[in-house]
Amino acid sequence: MMAALSDQLLVYAILAYTLAMLAYAVEYSFGTRSVVGRVATRELVGAGGPLLPDATDEIDGDPDSDAPAQPPAGLADPRGLPVGLVGPPAGLVGSTDVAGSVGLGSSVGLGGSVGLGSSVGLGGSVGLGGSGGLGENARLAALAGRAALALTALGWLVHLGCLVTRGLAAHRVPWGNMYEFVLAVCLVGATAWLVLLARRPHLRPLGLFVTLVLVLLLGIDGMLLYTKVVPLVPALNSYWLKIHVTAAVTASGIFLVGFVAAALTLIRTGYDEGKVRFPYSLGARVPAADGLERTTFRIHAFAFPIWTFAVICGAIWAEAAWGRYWGWDPKETWSFIAWVIYAGYLHARATPSVKRTVATWIAVLGWAAMMVNLFGVNLVIAGLHSYAGVK
Amino acid sequence: MSEPTLSEAPLSEALLSTVDERAVAAGVPPERPSGIGPGAGLVALARRSWRWLTSMRTALLLLFLLAVAAIPGSLLPQRNLNMDKVRDYYVAHPKIAPILDRIGGFEVFASPWFSAIYLLLFLSLVGCLVPRLRAHAVALVRVPPEAPSRLDRLPAHADGLAAQGDPAQVAARLRAALRKRRFRTVVRPAPGGGFTVSAEKGYLKETGNLLFHFALLALLIGVAFGSWYGYKADRVVVQGADEGFCNTLQQYDDYGLGARVSPGDLEPFCLTLNDFQARFLDTGQPADYRASISYTVGDSPAKSTVIKVNDPLRLDRARVYLVGHGYAPVLRYTDRYGHAQTIVAPFLYLDNNKTSSGVVAFPDANVDPVKGRDPNNKQQVAFSGVYVPTSDGTHAVSVFPAERNPILVITPYRGDLGLDAGIPSSVYTLDQHQIDTGRLRAVSSPLRLRPGDSARLDDGTTVEFLGTRPWTALTVRYDPGETVVLVGAICLLIGLLTSLTGRRRRVWFRVPSVESGAAGPVSAGALARSEYPGFHAEFDELVKEVR
Repeated sequence: MMAALSDQLLVYAILAYTLAMLAYAVEYSFGTRSVVGRVATRELVGAGGPLLPDATDEIDGDPDSDAPAQPPAGLADPRGLPVGLVGPPAGLVGSTDVAGSVGLGSSVGLGGSVGLGSSVGLGGSVGLGGSGGLGENARLAALAGRAALALTALGWLVHLGCLVTRGLAAHRVPWGNMYEFVLAVCLVGATAWLVLLARRPHLRPLGLFVTLVLVLLLGIDGMLLYTKVVPLVPALNSYWLKIHVTAAVTASGIFLVGFVAAALTLIRTGYDEGKVRFPYSLGARVPAADGLERTTFRIHAFAFPIWTFAVICGAIWAEAAWGRYWGWDPKETWSFIAWVIYAGYLHARATPSVKRTVATWIAVLGWAAMMVNLFGVNLVIAGLHSYAGVK
Repeated sequence: MSEPTLSEAPLSEALLSTVDERAVAAGVPPERPSGIGPGAGLVALARRSWRWLTSMRTALLLLFLLAVAAIPGSLLPQRNLNMDKVRDYYVAHPKIAPILDRIGGFEVFASPWFSAIYLLLFLSLVGCLVPRLRAHAVALVRVPPEAPSRLDRLPAHADGLAAQGDPAQVAARLRAALRKRRFRTVVRPAPGGGFTVSAEKGYLKETGNLLFHFALLALLIGVAFGSWYGYKADRVVVQGADEGFCNTLQQYDDYGLGARVSPGDLEPFCLTLNDFQARFLDTGQPADYRASISYTVGDSPAKSTVIKVNDPLRLDRARVYLVGHGYAPVLRYTDRYGHAQTIVAPFLYLDNNKTSSGVVAFPDANVDPVKGRDPNNKQQVAFSGVYVPTSDGTHAVSVFPAERNPILVITPYRGDLGLDAGIPSSVYTLDQHQIDTGRLRAVSSPLRLRPGDSARLDDGTTVEFLGTRPWTALTVRYDPGETVVLVGAICLLIGLLTSLTGRRRRVWFRVPSVESGAAGPVSAGALARSEYPGFHAEFDELVKEVR
């Protein structure tokens, strides 16, 4: 019964994430960049952020920017564009990074900045014709943004319920096969996204892409990888399952959000460089590349030690189960490849002579290796880690 | 590490290793254009190569190459993982396989090019780490540097802070505040009166960074040590006191010794499989395996224990793993002279439901008790076929891995088994050459025997299927490098966390003195030498201490 409930909940979770994605898309299409950022902030200030209560400490200063928490003082950044990010203008504090830390504060009203938006203009990338039309769109965008937040949170709750009931049905941790693994990775991804959103409300435009990845992965999971609840095979029957796989799930889920941030950093950077074709055209509403790039780095820097821990635990478990801590089994090989690529990313990011764009590409490559490790190794290459259970 | 300069500020985001500073830190003097004779050219070339090898870009390139080089290891069958798959690959791709083999495609992780990449990488690492270690050791004992002349050009600064008390008091107060925050602090009298306070914190970042990279070296050493002084051996052990084995090379089906291991180094233990239990779900999925064994080490008394998957037998210098199990049919054959022999022969399973194939051979059958063996007219007997633990009644394929409806389908052969030629052959199949040449002939069509059944062959001899005994595949391993690797891995993780969370920063205060003896307006500046989001908040907190 619990198993059937879990299956039901997965459908509802995918549905909620899909609706959230649509809402994000509406906000993305109708909101100007400033509206998106400002509304996200305003909601947190005005309503006390019921969904994300611990976010208020971040309002006054974008923690990414090396800038002191000060009341917002400037409306336009040096390029003359009202970029709706939270944080003081860069010029005042002599911060080395400019774009990410410029923006509007919470005290600036919606109407006022709409007027600003229409007077300064946004490079013509969004239809900022008349003030009235914009106001209409802005209201729609604001509504959609709120709905997207609520739907993501709802989807997360249902998703959590799906995993919990699955665990109750199986009488064990619900990550004993590939279906459950992907389910858990996506839950961590959604969690990481909500936490990130709480700390960086201005990143909400990323929600469209995060939910897109979640819906795709969960859809593939439910349709192609679905496995009935069964007990563990003897090889998995170890407390290391709880440690090793939990760490792998956590790292993968956080890398998922890191990948979205990395991909959008590249899109935004390309857009800033004047590339207009898809996917760079998406860059218009993406938060400024500089801050996004720093967020990308911090997500990866957070997930990388967890991934390292997962690989080490895997080695310790392999010693107990197979007699050797490392044997170049395909899963081990691809975990190693992903580890090396992510290590390369962190090193490239710390090397001033390597361009940030190049470094960010390496992060995207890391996620590609993670995907090969998940799908390629489980479904195509046979090895000792053949626990997918997919017929 | 050089003194903080303004040009360092944008570069201050070094995380793991800002290695573009490598060459400078290495103390390599700048190349001199002079150079007389060929020797100088060689030295210059060597110096350039070394600088290239130890540069961060090269290290990144090697890191990337290492990732790419590992890919074929997961796509091509590997000898260390599965010899049979390599053989299958040879059959499927007879043209490409030998070429791939020559370039190490089936032993990627032992191939010269894979080794070359990681050895170069580690060489590059050493070339970078040694100077950095020296620099860090110097930094650890050095007091924080004097304040730069213009604090207002630092990323964080504050001017005209009104201070209470005389300059010495203010400086002492600042020093106490900084020390409380665990800054390394030094107060220096300023040339024109007053004081400067210099403070630095976050040395652990570089310590962790170095620990991480040295731990990588430790891992490599541990792996190498293990491969020299470790060994691995496989053995199928059938249940029963008569089927035990001892840890000597002669008794293994397959083994691999490290380069520095001699046969006499093997831990002297003997082991017997007393009982084996496998539990399955109704779907056929295994739920639990338990092998009850007894063992002796050297002259010590016998001990009993249970080994399971994930739970090996751990001796001081060897470990015994349960890696597989199957069935060994027991046949009793009574030959034409009335001599009965009982043979237990492990059959290899072909699928997850344990359809197993094998041979039960009686090489000593039909030997005339009076005349002895006739080498020209051998009458050896063997039974070749499959054992089906759960038959569906019609097909010779098992439908469940446990013995619910067991049946043995075997063909009797008689003639020369071809065992005397001294050529190693599989004990699980008959020698096809002997069959092809007619020296070994099938006596009848396959017999279908249930446990307890017996059958009479054409020459009046009988064969009885007594039942089966379980067998387990055991792997014996010893790897003395494991401890080094484990400690290395733990250090690696600690180093990684320290280096990722550490934040190196410097803070300076200048406390001037005015003529009245009171402190003048204090100025302050700070520099984060790594990415640190809370840098400005911390600086603001510190500035408040002036008052």
